[in-house]
Amino acid sequence: MLTKRVIPCLDVKDNRVVKGVNFLNLRDAGDPVELGARYSQAGADELVFLDITATIRSRKTIVELVSEVAKNVFIPFTVGGGIRTVEQIDELLRSGAEKVSVNTAAVENPDLLSQAAKRFGNQCVVLAIDARRSKEQTEKWQVCVKAGSQMTDIDVVDWAVQAEKLGAGEILLTSMDADGTKAGYDNELNKAVSGAVNIPVIASGGAGTLEHLYDAIINGGADAVLVASITHFGNYTIKQIKEYLASRNIAVNM
Amino acid sequence: MIVIIDYNVGNVKSVCNAFEHIGCDAELSCSPEVIKSADGIVLPGVAAFGYAVNALGNLAELIKKLALEGKPLLGICVGFQMLFDKSCEYGEHSGLGLISGNVVPIPSEQIIPHMGWNLVKPPKDMDLFNGLDKEKHFYFAHSFYADVADEQAKIAYTDYGFDLPASVQKANVYGTQFHPEKSGEAGLAVLKNFAKICEKEI
Repeated sequence: MLTKRVIPCLDVKDNRVVKGVNFLNLRDAGDPVELGARYSQAGADELVFLDITATIRSRKTIVELVSEVAKNVFIPFTVGGGIRTVEQIDELLRSGAEKVSVNTAAVENPDLLSQAAKRFGNQCVVLAIDARRSKEQTEKWQVCVKAGSQMTDIDVVDWAVQAEKLGAGEILLTSMDADGTKAGYDNELNKAVSGAVNIPVIASGGAGTLEHLYDAIINGGADAVLVASITHFGNYTIKQIKEYLASRNIAVNM
Repeated sequence: MIVIIDYNVGNVKSVCNAFEHIGCDAELSCSPEVIKSADGIVLPGVAAFGYAVNALGNLAELIKKLALEGKPLLGICVGFQMLFDKSCEYGEHSGLGLISGNVVPIPSEQIIPHMGWNLVKPPKDMDLFNGLDKEKHFYFAHSFYADVADEQAKIAYTDYGFDLPASVQKANVYGTQFHPEKSGEAGLAVLKNFAKICEKEI
């Protein structure tokens, strides 16, 4: 039986792992190479690395850092942030990533998903969606782009369904409302998306307790949970998380 | 020395990192001379089947010839799928035909891709799982699977609503649908076993 996954996420800015609240007030969480190696050894199921550097700078720095992190990571490694072309995806895969996550570029050019899937297979293409609850309509969410700074009119569920058709193999779904708050995932959002697509959904944003992780899987229908704040700062270890999930009858890789 | 085929497809670096980590002499190359001189060949891959086969180009015939002559060959993920006769991922494409069978889509009642860690029960007689006596989790990421039709092939399965071939061995030809280079300690043990096979220790 396929297990549910616990995936630490390294938000990387200026070569450091950071973590904020609702995408703001970033706090330093350590060195990405060291944290990546630690999570790989600690039994994390995958590792996600998101370049959240606000300013545009040389891709070379990121590619070099990805190579360094990958040297000590023997679990699947997804890299995202600022990816716009198939060539950039190729470069990251050659540097040690297995999957890439795309966000803004896919919204602006949905064909990128198809091109990437055709070349690398859809298992390689993760669509990241930053979702914000609509102020006008209940149970509706809008897609945000450019590191959450710009809200679009695109409906999150519609976009997820379209992306699956185009070739996305997985959805990394971040609730901007919940991100970093440690108040729990937005499981209405998770459920709306996981119920509408037939590809895995990674719930992201809001984990604060072990029960939150359980809820995202059971009530949100998530195939995987992304964690950052609760593991980076030592509240819980990966082992504690998995032991808890296993005790509640969720299949995990231990 | 093990040669990891560098054909501009996918996560070749991860495979190199893993062999380096287990202290194994592995080299990334697309040179026919280097490939011919290797003790064993690894055909990695994160790619769509058609793209991978095209990218492999003329090296396909060389790899097939060397494998038929007895050189150990390990195909990983799409590299594993290429060991079979053909695939229907984005059109129909021929594989190396070293193991009989076709690469077909995972039935749509399952979530696709089959993505994550799944249990593989190692059969006693498969070299890659030497020393792994208990069932272990390995990392899978694929939407197509090999429907094995070869009577000479030994198969290890994983359960994804049906018995999905996770690893196959036919004489000196080995393959894993999962990614051993990304399956933690159990995966590194599989790669170590392949290294031992190449050194004729298994």
